[in-house]
Amino acid sequence: MPFGNTHNNFKLNYTVDQEFPDLSKHNNHMAKALTKDIYAKLRDKQTPSGYTLDDVIQTGVDNPGHPFIMTVGCVAGDEESYDVFKDLLDPVISDRHGGYKPTDKHKTDLNFENLKGGDDLDPNYVLSSRVRTGRSIKGFTLPPHNSRGERRAIEKLSVEALTSLDGEFKGKYYPLKSMTDAEQEQLIADHFLFDKPVSPLLTCAGMARDWPDGRGIWHNDNKTFLVWVNEEDHLRVISMQKGGNMREVFRRFCVGLQKIEEIFKKHNHGFMWNEHLGYILTCPSNLGTGLRGGVHVKLAKLSTHPKFEEILKRLRLQKRGTGGVDTASVGGVFDISNADRLGSSEVEQVQLVVDGVKLMVEMEKKLEKGEAIDSMIPAQK
Amino acid sequence: MATSFTRMMRGRNTAMILASVGAGSLAAGYLLSDSAAAAAATAAERQRLYPPSADFPDLRKHNNCMAASLTPAIYARLRDKTTPKNWTLDQCIQTGVDNPGHPFIKTVGMVAGDEESYEVFAELFDPVIKDRHNGYDPRIMKHPTDLDASKITSGMFDERYVLSSRVRTGRSIRGLSLPPACTRSERREVERVVVTALSGLKGDLSGRYYSLGDMSDREQQQLIDEHFLFDKPVSPLLTAAGMARDWPDARGIWHNNEKNFLIWVNEEDHTRIISMEKGGNMKRVFERFCRGLKQVEHLIQERGWEFMWNERLGYILTCPSNLGTGLRAGVHIRLPLLNRDPRFKKILENLRLQKRGTGGVDTAATGDVFDVSNLDRLGKSEVELVQLVIDGVNYLIECEKRLERGQDVKIPSPIPQFRK
Repeated sequence: MPFGNTHNNFKLNYTVDQEFPDLSKHNNHMAKALTKDIYAKLRDKQTPSGYTLDDVIQTGVDNPGHPFIMTVGCVAGDEESYDVFKDLLDPVISDRHGGYKPTDKHKTDLNFENLKGGDDLDPNYVLSSRVRTGRSIKGFTLPPHNSRGERRAIEKLSVEALTSLDGEFKGKYYPLKSMTDAEQEQLIADHFLFDKPVSPLLTCAGMARDWPDGRGIWHNDNKTFLVWVNEEDHLRVISMQKGGNMREVFRRFCVGLQKIEEIFKKHNHGFMWNEHLGYILTCPSNLGTGLRGGVHVKLAKLSTHPKFEEILKRLRLQKRGTGGVDTASVGGVFDISNADRLGSSEVEQVQLVVDGVKLMVEMEKKLEKGEAIDSMIPAQK
Repeated sequence: MATSFTRMMRGRNTAMILASVGAGSLAAGYLLSDSAAAAAATAAERQRLYPPSADFPDLRKHNNCMAASLTPAIYARLRDKTTPKNWTLDQCIQTGVDNPGHPFIKTVGMVAGDEESYEVFAELFDPVIKDRHNGYDPRIMKHPTDLDASKITSGMFDERYVLSSRVRTGRSIRGLSLPPACTRSERREVERVVVTALSGLKGDLSGRYYSLGDMSDREQQQLIDEHFLFDKPVSPLLTAAGMARDWPDARGIWHNNEKNFLIWVNEEDHTRIISMEKGGNMKRVFERFCRGLKQVEHLIQERGWEFMWNERLGYILTCPSNLGTGLRAGVHIRLPLLNRDPRFKKILENLRLQKRGTGGVDTAATGDVFDVSNLDRLGKSEVELVQLVIDGVNYLIECEKRLERGQDVKIPSPIPQFRK
């Protein structure tokens, strides 16, 4: 159902100049890519579910951005958004994903056996390992746009699929709106609970509407496989455990995802995917694999080394604080994960994390012994 | 990337589908572009897959006027209707769904996107209005408008008690959508219409406009120091209603050179008009208020515009709580003894007055200075409400003086709530 700007036809009574947003103080991918010509070309279009250009860009208009962090500034309301508004989204995708072209093809590889190594990261340094991605369910519109009826249908389908899993994946669903205080406390203690988005990047895109209706958390009894329902995407799937056995984390991730996908396909609601953009998610930054594979790792010495940023860049890795995106590191412990999402496969991206973290731990050990690491600095991957 | 719905629709007669969903006449159907036709077909399919019962919000934990009035039957009848500019019921109620409310404060929980919202969705707005405005029934009652300040009596307060006097209201420009719904061009047009009109004010009302986006740091600091500057709304009641979109585009503040007549442009309403001054001369504040309002109205009418108003609901504003006069007339007043008297609450209630902190709505009183203003907005005229505040505040000051002299005070009999 509509949100925000959907009285689009009425708006067409005004000229492009009258409607064009003032982006003079803006610094996000959308503001860089959107010209009056593109706006003029796309303003009278809508996806079959009624999503419009102004809906796509509202979050970027409302959030000018930060001089140092480049946000995306636009979202998709449904699968078709990436097609109907390609004149805007293709340059945004290219800018965000290292020059990815409209003709490029994305490779999907969820065969965990193709990963080399990854089971021997030193647990004295690597405190925990985690892989997450998102999935959108075909036939439903995305969180910025969906109605309560759709969101509930997504929840119902997801819960059916998840509660049918067994073995290591046997688990339970906790709907946000009816969990008990005891359940809530446990989920917070396990660091599983997600809260109503407060970031204006998300609220301005309409993703917090009707909270907490249709939202919930599912996790397996072992607490190593977790699914968020109807937060920023239809599904966010997370595999994690303490220590450095990324291989096991990735195995469980792949196996679990494939089991879930089979069940959705049986209901004629497979995942949104195409060979150009890979898995379709709400934010263009998560296209492709939507995968963030990472570790919490102690790099007290390496993180203060003048070449740290350069090393990360060459390894195609990214650092964050242990609270996740936009947080600072605490006690020399960093969250290190892959920087890429689109243009390389899941196996390739996790391989970069495994190899890169292994190398950085070796560097850390050398620095602890007072030795130099210059010879270990890798070439650009 | 076609969805299963559009694949289903492709082989069928587009015009037949459009006619069956009532998307206007068949002729209009043929004129729609491809994407609009696909959208209309998909909308029909979605209506079938998701009947109103699938979309009905979960309001079990909610405590606002909208949640108290909305039933599944009303929702079913209104969900698929739109105003002429395509505003929907779901958009009106989104803020009330997203903000369950507070157990002690009953918020309204819905907003209008345009003037027609109050008509198209009357089945829900009318009971909400009746609930919020103490029984005023828009279906059978008429709202009186009276901006003749000469009728006011005893409008000069004892300044040992009253520190400042203020009257505010809002006005909407007919033909343009309201802040929850307006497009950037509509909002810019509101700004243009209002600022052009204000530049025609003369004498003690002549002043200037400060656009929020363009003001210098120095101007900004000046306006903050004068307590004139409004900021991007952070209250989720407003942001969930879409009123902060495109901030600060087309928002601004106008004030006269004497700094006692002030207009906010495109904040929570198209315009908020404020007349204020230090001291207790409420009559002069209201006189300037009425004079300024009438001149602004005249200036916009010269250019073919007018304010949204009808005799059922008075002045049309975004929030149903501000219908009628949209008027809040109040004072900052010091009443230390009366404030501590257990009967104070009842006295205020019977006088149809409300106490707030000096920061405005939802702030606490600090020290013994607080804000006292009228509770009602709809069903009584501006003159009646301001007179009510004047008489009420004078009564409160009398009580304070009596308590100072060691005498007792009386709870006055309740004022009738509105005239039939």
